[in-house]
Amino acid sequence: MITEITAAKVAALADIDAAATVDEIVALTTRYAGKKGEFVGLKRQLGGLDTVDEKKAAGAAVNDAMSAVDAALGERRSALESAELAARVEGERLDLTEFFSAPTRGHAHLVTQAWERLEDVFVGLGFTVAEGPEIETDWHNFEALNMPIGHPARGEWDTLFVDHVPPGGEPGTTVLRTHTSPVQIRTMLAQEPPIYIVAPGRVFRRDTPDATHMPVFHQIEGLVIDRNITMADLAGTIDAFTKAYFGPGFNSRLRPSYFPFTEPSAEFDIQRPDGSWIELGGSGMVHPNVLRACNLDPDEWSGFAFGFGIDRMAKERHGVGDLRDMYADDKRFVEQF
Amino acid sequence: MKILLSWLNDYGDFGDPTDAAAVQRVADALTSLGLEVESVDVIGETVDGVVAARINRLEGHPDAAKVQRVYVDAGDGKERHVWCGADNISEGDIVPLATLGTQMPNGMKIERRGILGIDSEGMLCSAQELGLGEDHSGIRLLPTGTLLGQPYGEALGLSLDVSIDADVTRNLPHCFGYVGIARDLAAKMGVDFRPPTPDFAIIGDGRTTPVEIVDGDRCTRFTSTVISGVKVKPSPEWMANRLTAAGMRPISNVVDVSNYVMLELNQPNHAYDLDTLGGGGFRIRLASEGEHLTTLDGQDRAFGADDLLICDANDRPIGVGGIMGGLDSEISDDTTTVALEMAWFSLVGIGQTVTRTNLRSEASTRFERGVDPHGMPLAVVRFAELLSETCPDLVVHAGGADAQSSDLLPAERTVAVRVDAVNRVLGTALAADDLPGLLDPIGYTVTGVGETRAVVLPTWRLDSTAEIDVVEEIAKHYGYDRLGSSVPKSMLHGGLTERQQRRRLVREVLLGLGISEAMPNPFLAPGTLAKAGLPAQAISITNPLVAEESVLRTSLRPGLLEAIAYNESHRQKGLSLFEIGHVYPPSESELPAEYEALTVVLAGREAPAAVAVWRELTTNLGFGARVDQSKVPSGLHATRSATLQAGKAPLGAVGEVAPEVLAAFDVTERVAILEVNLDELLDRKTKPAQWKQTSRQPSSDLDLAFAMNNDIPAEKLEKAVRQGAGKLLVDVSLFDVYRGTGVADGHRSLAYRLRLLAADRTLTDADIADVRRGVEAAATKLGADLRS
Repeated sequence: MITEITAAKVAALADIDAAATVDEIVALTTRYAGKKGEFVGLKRQLGGLDTVDEKKAAGAAVNDAMSAVDAALGERRSALESAELAARVEGERLDLTEFFSAPTRGHAHLVTQAWERLEDVFVGLGFTVAEGPEIETDWHNFEALNMPIGHPARGEWDTLFVDHVPPGGEPGTTVLRTHTSPVQIRTMLAQEPPIYIVAPGRVFRRDTPDATHMPVFHQIEGLVIDRNITMADLAGTIDAFTKAYFGPGFNSRLRPSYFPFTEPSAEFDIQRPDGSWIELGGSGMVHPNVLRACNLDPDEWSGFAFGFGIDRMAKERHGVGDLRDMYADDKRFVEQF
Repeated sequence: MKILLSWLNDYGDFGDPTDAAAVQRVADALTSLGLEVESVDVIGETVDGVVAARINRLEGHPDAAKVQRVYVDAGDGKERHVWCGADNISEGDIVPLATLGTQMPNGMKIERRGILGIDSEGMLCSAQELGLGEDHSGIRLLPTGTLLGQPYGEALGLSLDVSIDADVTRNLPHCFGYVGIARDLAAKMGVDFRPPTPDFAIIGDGRTTPVEIVDGDRCTRFTSTVISGVKVKPSPEWMANRLTAAGMRPISNVVDVSNYVMLELNQPNHAYDLDTLGGGGFRIRLASEGEHLTTLDGQDRAFGADDLLICDANDRPIGVGGIMGGLDSEISDDTTTVALEMAWFSLVGIGQTVTRTNLRSEASTRFERGVDPHGMPLAVVRFAELLSETCPDLVVHAGGADAQSSDLLPAERTVAVRVDAVNRVLGTALAADDLPGLLDPIGYTVTGVGETRAVVLPTWRLDSTAEIDVVEEIAKHYGYDRLGSSVPKSMLHGGLTERQQRRRLVREVLLGLGISEAMPNPFLAPGTLAKAGLPAQAISITNPLVAEESVLRTSLRPGLLEAIAYNESHRQKGLSLFEIGHVYPPSESELPAEYEALTVVLAGREAPAAVAVWRELTTNLGFGARVDQSKVPSGLHATRSATLQAGKAPLGAVGEVAPEVLAAFDVTERVAILEVNLDELLDRKTKPAQWKQTSRQPSSDLDLAFAMNNDIPAEKLEKAVRQGAGKLLVDVSLFDVYRGTGVADGHRSLAYRLRLLAADRTLTDADIADVRRGVEAAATKLGADLRS
């Protein structure tokens, strides 16, 4: 009996070793380790043995053979499964550099990118965003901004006039806004202070296009009107913006200048960490005449305003050499950013 | 304004031009006064190899009309021949000769060079070529008597100097004169200010020139002083050098002194030859429409009824008030007696004439900003003092005219300045007693005691009229950099409005769909709107740069089609672009009917692609609009376009651009298009999406196909399906459209997938059969047949 068991074990192990697929192992498992398998059959024959010792010895031999076969089946099965998985994975190999250009996200205009970045910084500083029409009345664009009719500074704005005539009004009193400052006026007329707004928007000048000038371009302008607002608040706000937008290593300064709608007026410059300066924009304390035009008492309310070009921010950030390219809508340009 | 540091040093010890640190201090101080320094240039460096030479003779050449042959003697005993194109030279003149081998400042090396086969042995130089200024209109003549062969720098008494170019803003009218700059700079730098104190006795027999001011609002003061004993000759070199460095060409002692006084005292003036002055007097009046005058620059000009003319006593025009003299009354070499005009003209009037005639001058720039209306007497004496250097017999006659109109600004103008108002704007803690120290040195006189002081404004600061103007001066002289830095204690929080957030969402959705943002020119050429199939009524720019950019867009369509065409012409097809921007339809209101629009163009795509974009947008924004194909917007494809209706108002259009419009724009691809009134889209109130419980029951799908006449919109069938399916329906979507075999002509098969679900149980076959029957009935009513 023992001889028979040993022979069966050797044969089974040889079969298992020879199995080449998981399917074969499944069949061998049934044949050798199943409930009706060969070794269960041998076990059943133990009862026919004569002596207890013989039964014991043969029983041990069968158990030993069964566990050896089970172990061999498990080992072989996992080896074959691994091999089959490896073969399948190998068979699925792809060359990921065989790359078809896939649909991509669209590209926001550079001006929009700069515009939204600026809005986000000012929102973070406590400003809301105000907007207004791009075609304006002479009154909003000039007169309310301390530039009455005939004011010599008007000439510096290179204004584009349109043929719209308001009812009962004069021709030549409707303009393409030359700055976003009329939004200041509209805001002051529409709401009570305190006012903390920025007004980004499109503006127009009668300027021949070149690498640094466009007749249609964009500005962002800030206005604060509150009680006890001082020029120190202007300097501090410009500096807070500078650090938030450009980075902590940047500084700012105010330097005297002239604008009809602010007094005192200042240009503001940004200092790069390397010490060099960039002229950024204009600013100043809102002129008492502007406050009066908006029915605000300059002895009760004070405030500051500042403004600068959005296009230039985009130009500088991305090193665009020619502003005209920014407005050509050429795919080769658009998809760079 | 070009500021010569050596000249400025006449009025205070500001800094040695050869000391770079001192020059920087001056430049910084100018900047802190609001005079933005554009450039700082070292001048007076001389060019080695350029020497004084005398012109022996001049010869023309029959084949070279524009140049002459010049034979010069440079004192070395040999005559040199040079070609020269200037016409201000004559025999006997001493001129700067760049000898062979000289390296010129512009990098050119002087070499033997031939014209018509005749060599030039050097070059005669203009002031500009020698780096002496901007004048390139002729050769820079050297003083008669200069030693031949002497380096020109020695001959001209040149020394190293610094020219600072500073931008003069409108609120600094006095800074068009050296004295005005020096006064402010001295106060800023703590330097003693030395204004000129001219000394020249007005004696002689009284000689007057009658002056009649007709239009006193435009000319409020006109003084005329008779000066005799004039001998017209070249200016001394020191003056010629300064004027040259300031960009002016020295002409003669009288003209040069006139310019010098203007630059020094900011008092433009004009000297007339009294012997040629008709009637020996002046009349200042507005021109009659179309009246002519040939101005000093040799141009014959016509003037209008708003332009002020200076006329002689016979009413003959001899100058444009405050802008330019006439050619006829120019000083000549024979002039011995002049009538010196110093006057004051209205800022606005000058500005209007300058704008209208485009005629401007150093004088008009100054008058336009505001000249001291009380500065003439000092300037007259200064003029005489300077001119007497070359005219020892000069006599200034008493009895000069000083005509004034009632509009003349008073010499003493006062404003009340409240120290608390100063501190409130600047954030400073100044005491009233600090004001005199800040203001008096710059000519504002602080008077009185207490918290409010009466400040007498300087006559040369016409920009100063109100308290705030004085506050600005205080800020500048206190120092912007000392005002401190704080942040307002705002109680508000920042944020975007709902509209602005929705605009960003629209942009995000479109970008996510692979559509890029364009920003075409909002100015169109006449006819472009019509070309795009749109109404031609539009607002126009009355003063456009070019006619092709004179019409304001009423739609974003033309600009985007031009962008598509541009890219197509550069072999870039299949572009998807959108624009969010304002359009400006005309209106009868105070302002045009401007609104914000959105247009999407998908080149190489068909109408359904645009519908898909629209659906994605409305899904994200949380509302829907009806696609109404019964109304086709103009310029769009007649059978592939629809109006978008939300409620009664049309919201926009969707479809494809009409073939004839594409052809007109030279676009060969199909272009799917979506046009939306963004104002409507952004301002629409929508509720946040509300929760619907997700079911734990399994759902079943039911696919149904219908054959239906092409004339009936699929939208109607979908509606019928929804109605017929009843409560178990949770979703329906079109997944196939088929025309061809098996479907009748003029019909198509539309296949829908219905997702069915009961909240409380698993669906049975009977449930599904019910739905099928319901849908079939509803579809049949519409004329659609369920295909088995």
